[in-house]
Amino acid sequence: MAKQVTLTIDGKQVTVPEGTLIVDAAKKAGIDVPVFCYHPKMEPVGMCRMCLVEIGRPVIDRATGQVVKEADGSPKVQFGPKLETACTTPVSEGMVVVGASEKVKAGREDILEFLLTSHPLDCPICDKGGECPLQDLTMGFGPGESRFIFDEKMRMDKHVPLGELIYLDRERCIQCGRCVRFQSEIADDPVIGFYQRGRSLEIVTFSEPGFDSYFSGNTTDICPVGALTTADFRFGARPWELNNAASICSQCPVGCNITFNTRREARSGGRMVIKRVMPRQNEAVNEIWICDKGRFAYHFTEGGGSGNSERLTQPLVRKNGELAPVSWDEALQVVAERFRQAGSGLLTLAGGRLSNEDLFNLRQLTQGLGGQTALYTQMAGGDLVAQVGVGQGTNFADMGAGSAILVVASDLHEEAPIWYLRIKQAVERGAMLIVAGARPTRLEKYAAHVVRYPYGSEAAAILAMLNSLSAKRPNLPEPVQALARSPELQAAAKAFAGAQNGLVLYGSEGLGLEGSQALAQACANLLISTNHIGRANNGLIAVWQRANEQGAWDMGFRPRTDLAEAMKSARVLYVVAADPAGDDPSMAEAGEFLVVQELFLTDTAKLADVVLPVEAYTEREGSFTSGERRVQRFYPAVPEPAGLKADFAVTGQIGQLLGLDLEARFASKVMLRIASQIADYAGLDYVRLAEVVEQWPIVGRGDVYYGGTSYENSQGLGVQLAPAAQRGAAVPLAWPEFASQSHSQQASAEGLLAAPINRLLDRGQTVWPSTLLHSRIPQPYVALNPADAAVLRIPSGAMLQVTLNGTARLAAAHLDENVPQGVVLVPRSMGLPIFGPAPVEIRRAEVVSA
Amino acid sequence: MSEYLLLRHRQIPDIGNLTVYRQNEGFQAFHKAVTSMKPEEVTEVVKASGLRGRGGAGFPTGLKWSFIDKNKWPHYVVANADESEPGTFKDREIMENNPFQFLEGVMLCAYAIQANVAYIYLRGEFWQIAAHLDRKIAELHSAGLLGDNLFGTGYSLRLYTHLGAGAYICGEETAMLESLEGKLGQPRLRPPFPPSFGLYGMPTVVNNVETLTNVPLIIEKGAAWYRGYGTEKSAGVKIFSLSGCVNKPGNYELPLGTTFRELIYEHGGGIPGGRQIKAIMPAGASSSLIVANEQALDTPMDYESVPAVGAQLGSASVIIIDESVDIPWLINKTIHFFKHESCGKCTPCREGSYWMMHLTERIDKGKATWKDVELLKDVATQIRGKCLCALGEFSIEAVLSGIDRFRQDFEARVGAREMIETQP
Amino acid sequence: MNHLAEKYSEEIQAILAKYPADQKRSAVMPLLYLAQRESGYVTKTAMNEIAELLGITATEVASIVGFYSLYYDKPAGKYRIQVCTDLPCALRGAEEFLEKLCENLGIRVGETTPDGMVTVEHVMCLAACDKAPMFQVQSGEGLSYHENQTVESAMALIQSLKKGASHSNKDGHP
Repeated sequence: MAKQVTLTIDGKQVTVPEGTLIVDAAKKAGIDVPVFCYHPKMEPVGMCRMCLVEIGRPVIDRATGQVVKEADGSPKVQFGPKLETACTTPVSEGMVVVGASEKVKAGREDILEFLLTSHPLDCPICDKGGECPLQDLTMGFGPGESRFIFDEKMRMDKHVPLGELIYLDRERCIQCGRCVRFQSEIADDPVIGFYQRGRSLEIVTFSEPGFDSYFSGNTTDICPVGALTTADFRFGARPWELNNAASICSQCPVGCNITFNTRREARSGGRMVIKRVMPRQNEAVNEIWICDKGRFAYHFTEGGGSGNSERLTQPLVRKNGELAPVSWDEALQVVAERFRQAGSGLLTLAGGRLSNEDLFNLRQLTQGLGGQTALYTQMAGGDLVAQVGVGQGTNFADMGAGSAILVVASDLHEEAPIWYLRIKQAVERGAMLIVAGARPTRLEKYAAHVVRYPYGSEAAAILAMLNSLSAKRPNLPEPVQALARSPELQAAAKAFAGAQNGLVLYGSEGLGLEGSQALAQACANLLISTNHIGRANNGLIAVWQRANEQGAWDMGFRPRTDLAEAMKSARVLYVVAADPAGDDPSMAEAGEFLVVQELFLTDTAKLADVVLPVEAYTEREGSFTSGERRVQRFYPAVPEPAGLKADFAVTGQIGQLLGLDLEARFASKVMLRIASQIADYAGLDYVRLAEVVEQWPIVGRGDVYYGGTSYENSQGLGVQLAPAAQRGAAVPLAWPEFASQSHSQQASAEGLLAAPINRLLDRGQTVWPSTLLHSRIPQPYVALNPADAAVLRIPSGAMLQVTLNGTARLAAAHLDENVPQGVVLVPRSMGLPIFGPAPVEIRRAEVVSA
Repeated sequence: MSEYLLLRHRQIPDIGNLTVYRQNEGFQAFHKAVTSMKPEEVTEVVKASGLRGRGGAGFPTGLKWSFIDKNKWPHYVVANADESEPGTFKDREIMENNPFQFLEGVMLCAYAIQANVAYIYLRGEFWQIAAHLDRKIAELHSAGLLGDNLFGTGYSLRLYTHLGAGAYICGEETAMLESLEGKLGQPRLRPPFPPSFGLYGMPTVVNNVETLTNVPLIIEKGAAWYRGYGTEKSAGVKIFSLSGCVNKPGNYELPLGTTFRELIYEHGGGIPGGRQIKAIMPAGASSSLIVANEQALDTPMDYESVPAVGAQLGSASVIIIDESVDIPWLINKTIHFFKHESCGKCTPCREGSYWMMHLTERIDKGKATWKDVELLKDVATQIRGKCLCALGEFSIEAVLSGIDRFRQDFEARVGAREMIETQP
Repeated sequence: MNHLAEKYSEEIQAILAKYPADQKRSAVMPLLYLAQRESGYVTKTAMNEIAELLGITATEVASIVGFYSLYYDKPAGKYRIQVCTDLPCALRGAEEFLEKLCENLGIRVGETTPDGMVTVEHVMCLAACDKAPMFQVQSGEGLSYHENQTVESAMALIQSLKKGASHSNKDGHP
């Protein structure tokens, strides 16, 4: 623990660790020092000069090294002639800081007057008005009238799109550099910068597209004026009109804590609508940041878009071949009757965007009838995560020197941007990163070791690491033996084994269910063998494709490799939050009777016999379990639309009609049942999930100038579950079966293998309705090596006919030297039916004249 | 002056030729240092010589070298050849005409702090001087004075020139380091100072060209010899760049402690047209205006005496102002300069220089009232003590001293305005 | 394709060799001079090419262009005549010199002659205070100082520049 230093700030004694800056020490003591450029998450720069204070230091006798005393025995304190910046000065023992003096007040007034000379003072039309640091501090320190002649103000451009997502008002900018520093220090995406100098300094971007960063929205939260605003929210509402609701981002397994800002407004027909998504502080999860997908992709909950994105509003039952609106009673009766008849012939297929409560009820219902459940996913291993997953108390913020992090088969920047950020930060604190992948990814920039394996050898590569440490399992197949001899892999394995803490994140790039299960097992073996389990900051994390897939596994759902057959043979198929027919036309052949429970009239829903409309997660409450197995509550942000029910309620009511004991009214009561029946969730309830402790830095209070407009967390930090290994259960090694087919056997006649990859912004049902993001979402494409393309005579950008799993689709050719030869990268949820590695045929599409 | 120590080309015209320089004891100091002195000994001699930084701050050179952090490697030397203070043109003359003595100074500094690489950061306008130095550096490589394993000692050293691109602020040492790293030339927070956190975060000594040019002779002839020049606290000689309203502007190498009168009237040939001297700016545009009375003229130009008449010696760029010059016009000039050169990093300098420029412009054009003069004084005072670096702090010196010491000039300007206002 | 990298590969290698291998960013300023020599100003393409060479973003390169006054992001006359009108030069008649020079050329300060050959600008101190009036000439060929000037000598120089005569001092330094 760092040495503690005691000092006095405005008469208050404060004890803080050595190295703490005065501004932070004051904050801890409840004293707000005004700042513009300083931000507690970034290095101090001392630019704005607003945080001026008087600093006195004890006088030390040069001869004795002792503090000189006054006559009354108190230490003699000498104050400097100048005011100093509290944001750049670290505390020292016996220091006396004065912020509440006339001299300091005058100094701050001087700085504020300077800042206002060129500011347009257009607060009445500024989006920041009401939550603006400059506005607030002007109230505190601003002059009553301007001594600067209005006509001499620097006039600059007001509506400058830095890209499609972020707008800049150059006049309002006070050149604090927070946005530029965030992009370079925190996001390591230095795509905005200063141009010119002196009073002419302005923010610019030269990236293509403009402000090309997945983290761009965060700059609008920390901008201390209305210079940066999002295209989504600008001119949308005034901050003081907004209500806020705590929630959890549903876009990926990180589980970022967010706040939905809502407003009842005339232009939405008097409805309460979501106006924006803001980060909500959880230092163990997302700190005070969110990615742009989390910030802008929420519009799918609104419906009203084109195509399938219109929200369902009433139950539908197929009559005379057409889906016709019916009452809930009728729909539920039909469904219950069919379920009763089906009995063990019921197959419930659920998607990973459902809450724990929904999934629990689905499982209870299906099991009560003797039916079967299946998780609709392309990634497996959640059972192993429950066994050797990260220990309770895991926090990337605690990882630094002594911690090893292995990321395998995942492009984290695309799949879980906030984990990417947090791992980057851990590396900056001294953590050792190993990235194992079949192709280069952005995260490798921070890696101490890179392990390169061919697609198809994901699990083998991890087993090779394990075997290089000690031959745990003899007779590994030859490709593994060859990998094990690679010096880079051996060095990586040794470094991982030798680290005090070891963490593995595995993903699904290039993998389907079998491959990811094998990879998860291999990773579990590595963790078990190197004793990196059962403790905080050790263990396994799955980079799921959906927010609550871990929760689904925990609730008992498992994917099945024979899903297509099972669906066909089911007497009744109950599909919830999944669209298999939309993903793959060959899945459209359902069994005898199909019930779909959904937000939208998906391709699968169009085939259904009964369609049950449900509430979006923003309209109800529930919980998700994140990839780090943190169970977190979300709260209703907007009122439930008339005629809709939550998923768990619909399922509960069907169960009740069938005489099963299911909770159908309160999500909180479902959680109590989960706690009593699922061992890992024992002791959980909504009250515990809502508990908070004070976090550092302190943000979201009255002084928005300090941390920005990120919300303080007052509605729950969630509870991280302990994996079996931490609860004392034995976790034996098990050896995955290697896929019987090698890469070359899987490839097509042309010798090409399609490998699925994951992109942050895709054409999925929960992204595409946010039209703002369309400019950032590529047309359907596949990526291949230029050498392969040359052989096939495919120029860059050519339109291809891609045949995968029996379905032919059009996609553009992206040529990329980083794609291994013989492999075609196919992004998931981008219009091409890809589930795992598969043979692929590509040829140039016939040119069709427009 | 009996003998030049720095502007030696004035006595030995071909000293820019390597052979001639070597015939005149050139590189003997470097050879002696590398082959027979410990690095610390070199620093000790420089310390004992009393040499102080000639770039403006006057910090003891040897002391700076001794601060170098020996726990972090590699070390760097950066020679500050960004010479941009209006009124300063001394480093240029050295580099153009006596380049080897300067380069030898860089090399001695590098040896003293055990740097294997030294950069010479020149202002971008010194494009031809950089090319000139590059050729001289190449000659030193050919002569075995630069490169690996010098004199068989295992010590190796390389020098590189690096051109700035038109930014006065890069003369500030931390801004220069940022610029050399390929970033905006904006000053860093200090501490940490370059000897512990300099170029690429490594321990670095940044010294001005003139400062370094003193070093070869100090090592060769000893600290005591050097102390024979100048005053006790301001040892050695200094190049005074004399400009403005004077008959013979130019560089004058004189011992520290020479009076303004001697510089202006004996060396500079007095004021053109027999006009009266009005004011002196002893440190370029960053300087306070001294009222050029008898007492001021008799003040010795050294680090201690100049402050007594309300200014600083700085880089000794002495700009002479005669009675024909109007002070509001002059400060309008200096403020335009600082407004143009403010890097924009800190608020008071960025906003304050822009504000002052509007005020001085109006005052100079006779469109102001006395309230504007008062406001100008307020704004300048408001900047004082709040800036991140010296640029902002110095930008107000001419303004405040001008208004205080030449009040009548401002009253006259405002008077013109008030007359205009009262006309029908 | 990286035009600069191909055309100036040797020169670029020599520039990069000045700086530590892990500090390539230091080369951004010399590379910008190279690009400016190529086009008379720094084009957006050149910014991208330099960014690629140094492993930094185009925005980071552009920031440098914006900050330093000797880089230009727009084309101007083939020769930029930059007259120092800072305090010491102004005390020696630089402002009248600039005014008369412009009058002779029929342009205002900051403008380019109709033939696109000469742009006249005023600049801050060039460290030639004792030799005012003076100016520097910046062009694709480099930069040269011209001191102790009169309007006549300046016009003569401009005439020779327009005729394509080299204006650079033969010995490489003034």
